[in-house]
Amino acid sequence: MSGAVPKIRLRGLVKAFGEKKVLDGVDLDIHAGRGMVILGGSGSGKSVTIKCILGLIEPDAGLIEVDGRNVLAMNRREREAVNDRIGMLFQNGALFDSLPVWENVCFKLLAQKRITRRAARDKAAEVLAQVGLAASVGDLSPAELSGGMQKRVGLARAIAAEPDIIFFDEPTTGLDPIMGAVIDGLIVDVVKRLGATAVSITHDMASARRIGDDAAMLHKGRIVWTGPAALLGNTGNAMVDQFARGEREGPIQMELRR
Amino acid sequence: MLNLVAAIGRAVLSACRTVGTVALFALEGLSHLLRPPFYGRLFLKHLAEIAYFSLPVVALTAIFTGMVLALQSYTGFARFNAEGAVANVVVLSITRELGPVIAALMAAGRIGAAFAAEIGTMRVTDQIDALTTLSTNPMKYLVAPRLIAGVIAMPFLVLVADILGVMGGWLIGTTKLGFSSAGYLKATLDFLEVMDVVSGLVKAAVFGFVITLMGSWCGYTSRGGAQGVGAATTAAVVASSILILALDYIITEMFFAA
Repeated sequence: MSGAVPKIRLRGLVKAFGEKKVLDGVDLDIHAGRGMVILGGSGSGKSVTIKCILGLIEPDAGLIEVDGRNVLAMNRREREAVNDRIGMLFQNGALFDSLPVWENVCFKLLAQKRITRRAARDKAAEVLAQVGLAASVGDLSPAELSGGMQKRVGLARAIAAEPDIIFFDEPTTGLDPIMGAVIDGLIVDVVKRLGATAVSITHDMASARRIGDDAAMLHKGRIVWTGPAALLGNTGNAMVDQFARGEREGPIQMELRR
Repeated sequence: MLNLVAAIGRAVLSACRTVGTVALFALEGLSHLLRPPFYGRLFLKHLAEIAYFSLPVVALTAIFTGMVLALQSYTGFARFNAEGAVANVVVLSITRELGPVIAALMAAGRIGAAFAAEIGTMRVTDQIDALTTLSTNPMKYLVAPRLIAGVIAMPFLVLVADILGVMGGWLIGTTKLGFSSAGYLKATLDFLEVMDVVSGLVKAAVFGFVITLMGSWCGYTSRGGAQGVGAATTAAVVASSILILALDYIITEMFFAA
């Protein structure tokens, strides 16, 4: 696998907000068809990393390649073409309040006029079924959904256009353990069915082991470890093991503002 | 003393930066009106939101403004035995100034605030980022349809405000001030010139643009959760109101300065 061109390749990614350097030279390879989980504490730069890949934040320096092509050197049209093949599940769902669920699910297909509004309803019902929701949910407004249902609808929206890269931002945050496991199961199923490359960021270890093939640990703006997700907790890296076990004592010290 | 100069300098630079940012935001929004895809459904929704749902508040305000204007000008003109000029003053004031300004201030409170709150909420709940990940340009989807709807809807509202304002004056003139109905209307029509109405409609279009621009910009740039959205909403109404009054003077100069 090491000889293959990675699906996503990050080299020397740097991003600072004012004085605060959030990413300080991130290097990471994510291979096609694999599930990569990026771990790290709050404020370690996980979200900033995926926002840089998605083009939501412009990095100060570094390289981002998708399928071997530097997306930072692309013009807007080329970048949009790359983003067309990407899906994203946001931490809080980020569903559009003003639209019913079915329009949320088929938003991308409708926006690109790849589907009629009539066909979109049927397509939404089909995708909602894949995430375990009844077709009748399509007529509800996002405000009428529970947290778990919002995650499922967010997942349905992320996969409706059948992307080949899917990002998951804290997919189980705010859910009870059973619902978290259900969402993880759905993620694994849909990623496998689409043959997609999945990039998840989380600090939920149980979730990381369930949805990840590979894992990387981000600490103080740098990747400090990469390896199989199954090893989490027994990696031999003191930082990763402390984080995975949730231990108070270890090389990672919480920075408390006094 | 130097501190004071530095503070003034910083404030001036900050103001210049804000004006530049808003101008670029407006140009980008307008540029999307020329490039497909176009969101006709959204345009019609915003048109209805501004033109139709603002109608009651604008109508009521215009009627009462016309009534008060007739009453006050009668009281003033009676001192010079010039009561006959009431109809002329009412129609001139309403069509040139009060119709556009009152309607625009009402729309700023209603529409500017609503746009800022809606877009601001979308910003702080990641919905704007979600649009980007769904291959939809947020400026094209959120801002451009609002700008064009504002420019088209406001002249309609002002035309209604003009008619109802004049009718408010007529109502008081005929029921309270002793004018004959035919005489009041004849004086109104005889004195009214096309340019009076046209200047008001031009002002309306400009005010419509300003209201939707400031509502969109304040919402789009809001930060920091509920408090940020609240601040954006307030800023949208205050900035729109000040700009409406300032632009009213400038447009009046352009049309009527000797």
